[in-house]
Amino acid sequence: MLSVHEVTTAYQGLVALSAVSIEVAKGEIVCVAGANGAGKSTLIKSIAGAERPRSGTVTFDGARIDGLSQHMITARGIAYVPENRRLFPRLSVRDNLRLGSYLYRSQSDREEPLNLVFQLFPRLSERLEQRAETLSGGEQQMLAIGRALMTRPRLLMLDEPSQGIMPKLVDEIFQAVKRIRDAGMTVLIVEQRIAECLEIADRAYILQTGRLQMQGTSAEIQGNPDVRKAYLGL
Amino acid sequence: MTAETIIQSLASGLLMGLLYGLIAVGLALIFGLMDVVNFAHGEFLMIAMYATFFLFAFFAIDPLLAAPLVAAALFVFGAVVYLLVVRFAVRAKANAGMVQIFSTFGLAIVMRGLAQFFFTPDYRSIAHSWLGGKTISIHGIFLPVPQLVGALVSIAAFGALYFFINRTDFGRALEATREDAGAVALVGIDKNKVFALGWGLGAALVGLAGAVMAMFFYIYPDVGASFALIAYVTVALGGFGSVFGAFAGGIIVGLVEASTALLLPPSLKSVGIYAVYLLVVFIRPRGLFGSI
Repeated sequence: MLSVHEVTTAYQGLVALSAVSIEVAKGEIVCVAGANGAGKSTLIKSIAGAERPRSGTVTFDGARIDGLSQHMITARGIAYVPENRRLFPRLSVRDNLRLGSYLYRSQSDREEPLNLVFQLFPRLSERLEQRAETLSGGEQQMLAIGRALMTRPRLLMLDEPSQGIMPKLVDEIFQAVKRIRDAGMTVLIVEQRIAECLEIADRAYILQTGRLQMQGTSAEIQGNPDVRKAYLGL
Repeated sequence: MTAETIIQSLASGLLMGLLYGLIAVGLALIFGLMDVVNFAHGEFLMIAMYATFFLFAFFAIDPLLAAPLVAAALFVFGAVVYLLVVRFAVRAKANAGMVQIFSTFGLAIVMRGLAQFFFTPDYRSIAHSWLGGKTISIHGIFLPVPQLVGALVSIAAFGALYFFINRTDFGRALEATREDAGAVALVGIDKNKVFALGWGLGAALVGLAGAVMAMFFYIYPDVGASFALIAYVTVALGGFGSVFGAFAGGIIVGLVEASTALLLPPSLKSVGIYAVYLLVVFIRPRGLFGSI
């Protein structure tokens, strides 16, 4: 479904991602893990169109999407939830969700994903009139994922969904990710919390200083002695 | 000074104030949307007045009927200014603030120069429009009909704007872009489109004001300057970027101006406005309805 081929992305001459290739198949949960500064966010931004790769290609459902504007990539069916969530802080929860379905005109296209969002995160339905900025960190993350789901994506990309959230809610969000996959979507997660991420992922890639260090099924990665030592603290 | 003169002045002030609000709202809208001050705002007003004048002179279209045409033409003009000038100015890597200021300021000078060249610096006015020069009397208070209609147009325009911003998808997209222009792509909105439409809408509103103004004010290449100054005060008073602050700010400016004219010689009629402005800047710098 998604194929990233030898993508290199640089910020002001500094190479943050160096010839990285990953594949995501339909219906998978794929985790991209690594330490801070490993290039995880750069990878997800390069796919979402928030950063322009210097070289390499990104293909989604057989069509090249690198070089498209970010809003066009959203319209193609890739929803991206950035690390800092980028909600519209002074708009209500309801308006943030409504904006997610901006691309759709029919009532059913707008309401169907809303049911899924409320099933996944019932507490959002209790806070519809509240301004987004008044939500807790965890609730904001839920809203950011909810808004992304409103765009009816085929691929959902989450950048560090666990960041700044209390542990209990982290678990809730990871469980929601599994249910999102069960609802027919494909998910790509970038995470520093490798252990939790591997729990729900089918496959994983490990990045280190902008390069792909390892890839495999979650079980293979969990069982790898280097990973156990370096990332899982075992 | 009788009670009647006071009421008369305040009534005229209110009518003028509503028009000031309509002149200023486009400025507030664009600033709120993308933090860019349009220094050519007065020149937008000027070309709207000329457009109204020429529609009258060449096609005998009354300013009242010309108003929607002028607003539509200014909408296109505003969007084009964004796409050809401002879009590139806001991309400046260094000294972004200065680049923005000089790009719209430069545009103002170009527009004024072109107007002087093509339209000559002569003062023009629209004689014998349907409403021009007419007054109505309500209990001994005389109200000029063009200003009265202008005030009604202003109220209607603000009402429509309120509906548009709060009840439509595009209004919501506008609000979202105001909040975080970098985030709207996440929901598939093209911020450049929103900006262009925002500029179009802001220009259309000042276009409407220009068509009304052309009924009772002289039209000349520098006409925008004094009204733009009042518009900046109105917007600062109401709260920079607050669309409905511009409405309230306009009314306050109109009333203060009228009251000053009662107390001071006519040549000092603007003193009151700027005094109130200074007061607001000292006491409440974000303006009356500003949220920054």
